[in-house]
Amino acid sequence: MKLKLATLALGATMAAGPVMADLVFPSLSYRTGPFAAGGIPFADGYADYFTLLNERDGGIGGELAQVPECETAYNTEKGVECYEATKDLGALVYQPLSTGITYQLIPKVTADGIPMHTMGYGRTSAKNGKVFSHVFNYPANYWDGASAGVNHFLEQAGGSLEGKKITLLHFNGAYGREPISTLEALSEKHGFDFNAIPIDYPGQEQKSQWLQIRRERPDYILFWGWGVMNQVAVQEAANIRFPMENFMGIWWSGSENDVIPAGDGANGYKALQFHNVGDDYPVFEDIQKYVVDAGKAAGAGDQIGSVLYNRGVYAAFLAAEAAKQAQAANGTSKIDAAMMRDAMEGLTITADIMSDAGLPNFGPAFNVTCENHGGEGMAAVAQWDASAQSWSLISDFSPSDASVVGPLIDADSAAFASENNISPNCN
Amino acid sequence: MPDQLVFGMEVFLNGLMAGVLYALVALGFVLIYKASGIFNYAQGVMALFSALTLVGIMEGQVPFGHIINAVFGTEIHHFGWHVPAFAAILLTMGVMVLLAICVQKFVFRHLVGQEPIILFMATIGLAYFLEGVGDLMWGSEIKKLDVGLPQGINSAIDEATLGMFGYGFFIDNLDIVATLIATLLVITLVIFSQYTKQGRAMRAVADDHQAALSVGVSLNFVWVMVWSVAGFVALVAGIMWGTKSGVQFSLSLIALKALPVLMLGGFTSIPGAIVGGLIIGVGEKLFEFAVGPLVGGATENWFAYVLALVFLVFRPQGLFGEKIIERV
Repeated sequence: MKLKLATLALGATMAAGPVMADLVFPSLSYRTGPFAAGGIPFADGYADYFTLLNERDGGIGGELAQVPECETAYNTEKGVECYEATKDLGALVYQPLSTGITYQLIPKVTADGIPMHTMGYGRTSAKNGKVFSHVFNYPANYWDGASAGVNHFLEQAGGSLEGKKITLLHFNGAYGREPISTLEALSEKHGFDFNAIPIDYPGQEQKSQWLQIRRERPDYILFWGWGVMNQVAVQEAANIRFPMENFMGIWWSGSENDVIPAGDGANGYKALQFHNVGDDYPVFEDIQKYVVDAGKAAGAGDQIGSVLYNRGVYAAFLAAEAAKQAQAANGTSKIDAAMMRDAMEGLTITADIMSDAGLPNFGPAFNVTCENHGGEGMAAVAQWDASAQSWSLISDFSPSDASVVGPLIDADSAAFASENNISPNCN
Repeated sequence: MPDQLVFGMEVFLNGLMAGVLYALVALGFVLIYKASGIFNYAQGVMALFSALTLVGIMEGQVPFGHIINAVFGTEIHHFGWHVPAFAAILLTMGVMVLLAICVQKFVFRHLVGQEPIILFMATIGLAYFLEGVGDLMWGSEIKKLDVGLPQGINSAIDEATLGMFGYGFFIDNLDIVATLIATLLVITLVIFSQYTKQGRAMRAVADDHQAALSVGVSLNFVWVMVWSVAGFVALVAGIMWGTKSGVQFSLSLIALKALPVLMLGGFTSIPGAIVGGLIIGVGEKLFEFAVGPLVGGATENWFAYVLALVFLVFRPQGLFGEKIIERV
C-alpha cells in the first residue's frame, strides 16, 4: 500500500506539474501486472536515491530532483503514453525499462532531443552514438553479456571451448533473440557448438525445453529470461539435475526473485551483473537514515541490497552523475535535456566518483564518447548461495570481446542508419 | 529401440502430465459454466488469489499490513506464527467460500437474467478486482510455496527406464502428485454431482434454472456452492503451479493454458476437461518434439490453439460438450 500511496503522491505531483527549476527524472515503472515483482524494487531504488540526494544534499547542485512516476505495467503502448505524458515536464533523461518501449521511443527521443538511457537492455547497436545520438546503453549491453558469459565458460573450461556445446535458452521475442548473432560469431571463433532454444511467453510451462536440454546434454547454458520464466527455468534445471555452475543467466535473470522459489536446488546458479550486489555500501546506510527512517521511501524499505533495488540505485546514480557533470560543464545548475545529453556523451565514471557517492567498486569505471555510447561493456559474474540466501560476485568486471561485438554493432547500426536515412556523425 | 522413439515416449508421458495440470485449471471454468452459463474470466486470478492467501496464512503474514501500517504508523508485518500446510489449506478454503458468497451476493445475484456477455464482463471486473485485492492483502513479491509436495526427477522411473531402454525417463515427482490429486478430484466431483443432494441440485440448475426453481432448488445456494467448488479447484491448481514457479502475479496467466482445453473438451463436461487437457498436453509436446526443431521451436502456445480449432471444426460443441440443437 505504501507503494501505491507513493505512486499516487507522485502521480499527484506529476499532475500538478513540477517546479520548473527542479531536475526532472521521469520513472517509467511497472508496479502492477505479471512483472511487478521485478519492476517494484528497481523503481524503489531509482526513487530512493534521488530522495536521498534531496534530503541529504539539498538536491543536485542545489536543484531538487523530481521523479514523476508513470505506470507502464511493462506494456509497450502504456510506456509510450507515459513518455508523451511526462516529456513536457522538463524531463532530462528516460529509463524506459523495457526493450519493447525502447524500440518505440528511439525515434521519439531523437526528435524531441531528450536522452534515453537503456542500461543493460534495449537496442544493442545503440552503442554507436554516431547513429543513435540520443540513446545510451552504458555500462553494458546484451552482446557484452553474451561475450562475458562465453568468456566465463572459457575460463571455467580451462581456456578452450573447442568441441563443447553451449545452449541459449531464451525468451521468444526481441529481447531473447538479441544475443543469438553474437553467440553464433563467438561459436565460430571459439569452436563450440551453439544452439538456441526459445520459450514462449509467459514461460510457466517449459517441460519441452528442458527435456530437449536433457537429451542434447549441453555443457553450458546461457539464459535470457524475464518474469516467471526465470523461476521456472531455475526450478526445471534443478529438477533435471543440470549442474548449476554451468547455468548462467543474463542480468535480468539473476535476482533473488529468480532463485528463492527453487530453494536449495538453485544453489550455484550464476548470473551476469554490470553492478555489484549486496548492501555493504555507505550509500545504503544513508538511504536507511535519510529516506527509509524518515518515512520517505518509495516502498516498504525492505528491498535495500536486493539485486534489482541496487540496479535502480545504480541507474539513478549514473543519471545524477551525468546531471552533475552537465551542471559543471555549463556553469549552471539549471540544466536542460540537451545539456544532459551532451554530458552523458562525455560521461566519465571513475573509482573515486563511485566512492564519493558511497558506492565504492559498485560498478565498472568507464568513459562514454560519441562513438561509444556503451562504455567498455564490462560485466562480472555473480553466484547464488542458497544457504546464505545471497548473491556474491565471483569475478571482477571485465570487458567484452570487442573484436566480435564491435563489428556486429557497426553492421547493425549501419543498417539502422540506412533504413532511417541517418548520416552517422559526431557533432 | 531407436533413440527418437524412446525420446518420443518420454515426451508423450510428460505431455500427459502437463495435460493434467492444464485440466486442473480448465475444471474450474467448466464447473461454473455448467452450473450458471458464466464463462469465468477470473478463474486464473482465483488460482492466484487462493495461492497468495495460502502462503500468507502459512507464513503468518498480516493481511493488508501495508495499509494498516500506512494508516496507523505501525510496523506490523507478521503475526509471528507459522500455520501447518494442511490447516492453512483448510483456512484458505474458508476464504474461498467467503469469496464465493460475496461474489454471489454482491455481483451475480444482481445480474440474474442478463445476457451472457454481461456476465462475462462482470467476471473481467472481478478478475481485476481480485488481483488488486490480492496485491493489497499480501503484497506483490514472489513467494515460495512449500506444502510438502515432492519435486524433481522420479528416481524409480529413471532407473527402470534406463534398464529397459538405455535411457532414463524424466518424470517430475510434482507432476505425478498432480496426476493423483487431479484423479482424486475428478472422482470426488463425479461422486458429489451424482450421489449427493447438493450435487443433484447443481445438475438440476445446470439443466434448467426455471425447472430447478419450480421444484424448490435455491439458485443462490447452488451458485455459491459452485463458486466455492471452483474456488477449491482454483486452490488446487494454484498449489500445483505455485509450487513450480513460486506464487506471483503471473500465476493468473495459467488461464491461457486452459482455453484450448475448453475449446477441445467442451465448456460443460468434466471428463471433457480432463481428456481435453491430456490431448492438448500430449499434442503440443509431441508437436514441439517432432516439428519444433524444424521451425525454430516455441510452437506449444500456438499449436494448442490450432489443435483445438481442428477439433472445433468437426465438433463445435467440443469433444464432450452438449450438442446444440435448436428447433424452429
